[in-house]
Amino acid sequence: MMATLYQERKMAIPEMHPEHQDYWDAAAEGRLLIKYCKSCEQYHYYPRNICIFCMSDETVWKEATGTGIIYTFSIMRRAKPAPYAIAYVELDEGPKMMTNIVDCDLDSLEIGQKVKLVFKQTGDADNLGPYVPCFTPV
Amino acid sequence: MSIKGRAFIAGAYEHPLRLIEIQSVAAIHAECAKGALKDAGLTLKDVDGYFCASDAPGGALSMVDYLGLNVRHIDSTETGGSSYIVHISHAAQAIAAGKCNVALITMGGRPRAEGKSGVKPKKVTPNIPEVPFEQPYAPTAVNEYAMVAKLHMHKYGTTSEQLAWVKVAASYHAQYNPNARLKDVVTVGDVLTSPMISDPLHLLDCCVVSDGGGAIVVVNPEIAKKLDRPLIQISGAGESPQGPMGGKMDMTYTAAVHSGKAAFKEAGLTPDDIKYASIYDSFTITVIMQLEDLGFCEKGEGGKFVAEGNLISGKGKLPVNTDGGGLSNNHPTSRGGITKLIEAVRQLRGEAHPEVQVEDCDVALVNGIGGGLGSRHCSATLIMERV
Ligand SMILES: [Zn+2]
Repeated sequence: MMATLYQERKMAIPEMHPEHQDYWDAAAEGRLLIKYCKSCEQYHYYPRNICIFCMSDETVWKEATGTGIIYTFSIMRRAKPAPYAIAYVELDEGPKMMTNIVDCDLDSLEIGQKVKLVFKQTGDADNLGPYVPCFTPV
Repeated sequence: MSIKGRAFIAGAYEHPLRLIEIQSVAAIHAECAKGALKDAGLTLKDVDGYFCASDAPGGALSMVDYLGLNVRHIDSTETGGSSYIVHISHAAQAIAAGKCNVALITMGGRPRAEGKSGVKPKKVTPNIPEVPFEQPYAPTAVNEYAMVAKLHMHKYGTTSEQLAWVKVAASYHAQYNPNARLKDVVTVGDVLTSPMISDPLHLLDCCVVSDGGGAIVVVNPEIAKKLDRPLIQISGAGESPQGPMGGKMDMTYTAAVHSGKAAFKEAGLTPDDIKYASIYDSFTITVIMQLEDLGFCEKGEGGKFVAEGNLISGKGKLPVNTDGGGLSNNHPTSRGGITKLIEAVRQLRGEAHPEVQVEDCDVALVNGIGGGLGSRHCSATLIMERV
């Protein structure tokens, strides 16, 4: 089988809101922050101020271990300039998050495979955006 | 309060074109409105309720003015391609509550003429909460559904050959539809050798991109009985939105589990009673999962069910999308709900093409999955009976 090696692609710059500043600052340092609710003791993703499970406002940022497994994925073969892998990764903390799988042979990916965090910068040389969490096989 | 027997579908119209180069989007809505009212034997002046979704340019206010309507009830519920199925249910509720007597639902658009496709990243509007955490990863309609298909294959052993059977059935039906976007009958092999778009979905696992539109007229029982049309009763409905739930989602099922249960309960019917089903076919996987979640087969057996040819009219257990569906006939402006309703009405009236007309078709189900099955979607179920 022919390999489909990951190629860097221009990722869209996300809209940033002040309530997520800690998240984006941590991402620039290579850390993923996820929200944890002190009231119901559950993690959720993407981040909200008010807990999605119990409506408590006692949500705090916690640093994720950065490992998880591929819940599901697909390789967008028709993308220009190169194919990319979209995925949901199930973090060790529990929540599943949308992401891209990068820095590998995309044809080798499997559901259930262990992956770890790697950050990619959005935008391009003319307009640099924030770093966003991606994953690569362990 | 139940809506069973409280409202009837009196008029339905599908725009005949699949590429609309001259008409504006508003004009498509108007042509469809006129077609459905004429079909019912009613006029503009009879309409006192109007329903539309986000394809209606300028929303309900612009459209009510553009169409020259004088209404006392409006509803622009937006759930993606399933919106119009939700609208039927909401129209029946409004009619049952006395808020209107003649409800008009219109939809239309021209993505082909305007050069849009499902492969491009979704258009982004500000302030949508999940967008900053998804948009950089380039989700599209097709790769989101592809992730769902991949997971279904992993968990249940569903195969690409089984997915292809959904398209084979759609193409078999489309050969009898002179307006169908694609009229050629295709084989499982044709699907498997078509270009891979986002694995496991090939080009022929994806619905067509088409311009077009449609309209439906829903009326109260007294008006329905005065009109010279078959009596198509609304018997039950359900609607259910579902999303990633803070990261706790299980993408092996759709919200049709909930909308279907609600509709069957309201109608007092079971899947065994259904003679014909319009099942939303944005992608082949969408059909397989709805069939399972609505109870037409066991969970995980959807692939096997379709591969036995069960969707083909005159041959299988459950004729599905006898107009050719979104996969071969029409998926106007990437919103298939209205065409699903229209073909179900044709079947119940006995007005489908003779080659695909289901015998004694007195109970039909319509199910729509709007939005993205791999992110946020809304399932809408409608059960109708000819009485
Ligand atoms: Zn909580």
